[in-house]
Amino acid sequence: MHTNGDTMSISRADIEAKVTEVLESALGADADDIVPTATLTEDLGAESIDFLDIQFQLEKKFSTPEKPFKIEQGELFPENMMSNPEYVKDGKFTDAGMAVLKERMPHVDLAVFAADRNVKGLAKIFTVKSLCDFIELKLKK
Amino acid sequence: MRWMWIDTIVTYEPDRRLVAIKNVSLAEEHLHDHFPAKGALPAQPVMPACLMVEGMAQTAGILTGSLRRFKEKVVLAKIQKAEIHADVVPGQCIRYDARIERIDPMGAGTSGTIERFDHRTGQWEKIGETEIMFSHVDQNMSGLAFPEHNFVFSDSFRNVLRASGLGHLMD
Repeated sequence: MHTNGDTMSISRADIEAKVTEVLESALGADADDIVPTATLTEDLGAESIDFLDIQFQLEKKFSTPEKPFKIEQGELFPENMMSNPEYVKDGKFTDAGMAVLKERMPHVDLAVFAADRNVKGLAKIFTVKSLCDFIELKLKK
Repeated sequence: MRWMWIDTIVTYEPDRRLVAIKNVSLAEEHLHDHFPAKGALPAQPVMPACLMVEGMAQTAGILTGSLRRFKEKVVLAKIQKAEIHADVVPGQCIRYDARIERIDPMGAGTSGTIERFDHRTGQWEKIGETEIMFSHVDQNMSGLAFPEHNFVFSDSFRNVLRASGLGHLMD
């Protein structure tokens, strides 16, 4: 570990270790199950309120006295999109919705989701890797 | 029976902290079932720990509701931690000390300590800790719709707030 209070110097391995700690705490998940490809909902059992818990715990874990780590609403997980008919129509993401997802969520891999676009499958795009990518991208900003 | 597990609010620090008191009394029916005499064993009335968690949830829930002037419907969403390591018996008081850790349009995270007061010793003693999350249900990610009126903060809650001198928070 070489954090020394400076989040800029955190390595990918350190990010993964801290994300694992958060998921163990928030979801009661077994460390062995927390692999990069594991989805938060299907593989690790996350429910909707757990996403807020994960967000709050990540903020705490990656904040330092010098640099608070604050995740804005809708930054990590998409919000206020499902009820917008411009973005979701007949249960599927529209072209405009996909464009917004792509812009707002550079940390998720939309390749598989893009083929189906069904809102029910949206939760599956959030994997352990996507959380780590989010942290890494945000710390670089 | 009114589902109120706090009697009064004794401290309120806006946006930060709320402390409530619960007096435990033998007049409470449930204490006679928790636990009744059995054979040679005498009755042993003890405040159920789950109701202490409820008392803390009501305390922290009022604190969370006060942040948005009770306009949001605040519901208990997740108990991340609830540790209570001592009994409270009739005649003792419970103090619920709740603090806001994080607030977001979606909900809030709180931490709390539970203490008991024994009139014989005149001492407060810490007996537990909680971490409880609340959701603003109208902002939930699943997009479910809820009734427009605020069914969470009922008249019972409003009465406690008024009696504690905090009625102005609901204006």
